[in-house]
Amino acid sequence: MGKAQLVGVGESAYAKWGKIGDVTEHALACQAIVRAVEEAGLSMSDVDGMTSFAEDRNEGIFLAAELGLAELRFSNMVWMPGGGGGCAAVANAAMAVEAGQAEVVVAYRSLCQGQYFRFGQGGPPRENPTLESPPPTVQQAANPMLASLGFTMPYGLLNAAAAYALPTRRHMHLYGTTSEQLGQIAVTFREHASRNPRAVMGQRPLSLEDHQNSPMIADPHRLFDCCLESDGACAVVVTTEERARDLAKPAVTVMSSAQGTPKGYAFGPFSNASVPDELYATGATESLAKRLYAKAGVGPKDIDVAQIYDHFTGCVLMQLEDYGFCERGEGGPFIESGALAWDSGSLPTNTHGGSLSEAYIHGLNHVVEGVRSLRGESTSQVEGAEVCLVTSAACVPSSALILGRS
Amino acid sequence: MARWFPDGMPQPMADAEALPWWEAASEHELTVQRCSDCGHMRLPPAPVCGECQSFDLHLTEVSGRGEVYTYTIVNRPIAMDQQVPFIVAVIALDGAPGVRMISNLVEIAPEDVTIGLAVEVAWEDMSDDLAIPRFKPAGG
Ligand SMILES: [Zn+2]
Repeated sequence: MGKAQLVGVGESAYAKWGKIGDVTEHALACQAIVRAVEEAGLSMSDVDGMTSFAEDRNEGIFLAAELGLAELRFSNMVWMPGGGGGCAAVANAAMAVEAGQAEVVVAYRSLCQGQYFRFGQGGPPRENPTLESPPPTVQQAANPMLASLGFTMPYGLLNAAAAYALPTRRHMHLYGTTSEQLGQIAVTFREHASRNPRAVMGQRPLSLEDHQNSPMIADPHRLFDCCLESDGACAVVVTTEERARDLAKPAVTVMSSAQGTPKGYAFGPFSNASVPDELYATGATESLAKRLYAKAGVGPKDIDVAQIYDHFTGCVLMQLEDYGFCERGEGGPFIESGALAWDSGSLPTNTHGGSLSEAYIHGLNHVVEGVRSLRGESTSQVEGAEVCLVTSAACVPSSALILGRS
Repeated sequence: MARWFPDGMPQPMADAEALPWWEAASEHELTVQRCSDCGHMRLPPAPVCGECQSFDLHLTEVSGRGEVYTYTIVNRPIAMDQQVPFIVAVIALDGAPGVRMISNLVEIAPEDVTIGLAVEVAWEDMSDDLAIPRFKPAGG
């Protein structure tokens, strides 16, 4: 059995947080899946598997029934909340087709936070504490993960901007990384977004000065170091090499995939401040990167274009070091060299604009862009690109893919 | 009793593994979990030792001194009436190699915070049964 192939991509409209009110998050998931299957030249009755991640509110078994799958043979949801599992959802789909568990699997993610509650608030809005409120005390945790977060929440460490600021601040301390270097990441991805009609921020140019003048959210994270919050959905169709041969679009090969986390990591800066010292100011993806490259038989020098999960600029920088594009601590100067810019840089990155400028669909849109960039369909197309790295959220349990032109 | 944060701050959640840590905290005892078999120490507490897989674990008190390992200055309030900015810091605890905990720094201006700063625990009694360990500059 050959390598799994990515044969269709689809997405809903992308919009700013809370701007999609007339279509449910649930319907957006269905839209993205229908479009991806149509793009592949397949029909819904061909689909027999569903995968997602980050506790997507739309479980595969329900979507399968609603979309009219003839038979669901594989359904899988990657671990826990957070964007670390996006590439793993695609990898699990790939493993399912390679193992013969299913033949056509759709990986999807729908995210319309405005219809539920915002990340970083720890749940629905709390009532204003009044004199009648019972005195503060220890609450029963509904599960062990929440008991672990009990060691962060009372200190007000609730939102991702603050949690991921912790390793980034230490990176700055250890290596002299600067806010301007972080800002250059945001500016570069915004420039890429300016050519992408899907990008939520495509019409909003960003200069380094704008970045430096933007409000401090959680030091060192300024507003423009933080990804967008978006409404939207996207999907990717995965099938076997044999099935991919006569479909509508050129197939893209899953050359390798890897997922996981080093010893003792748990939920990283959110839940476990005691991760090993040598990992703290990293994306915690160096060991994963080694496995990923080894399986694909390529190295960092072979990567023509990269789609790197950009929840925060500092996490991009630390991943560039983890994935071997520069030495540990050299991420800042590497960025300053212009490496990430299309089309002059040595590693054009986030050619769609990323989560900082296209949309925050928990990084599954990075896989979609990875496919487009190898088909020659990107709006910031790297000429002749043959190998693309796609990563998912770092500094937490993560996953990644190396995709190749078939 | 000093108060730095409002009552409306998120309350800790605990399961049976974590509850004894909070009970010790209510007595102003700062503890870490220690393996009775191999001596490995950790936070947050877990049901099993990650080094030797022993289930014989206990809480042991530490001095409450440590140093700032990293930090962030948060400019968005979490609770009603909360003053911003406030400081979230990771504290490397003396006497517990490799063990760090998330907390807040108090009694210090944000611009004076540095990595490596020596700190000591400063208990904040949120109620009769809830005390939260914050940290302040050592000897301050
Ligand atoms: Zn032990």
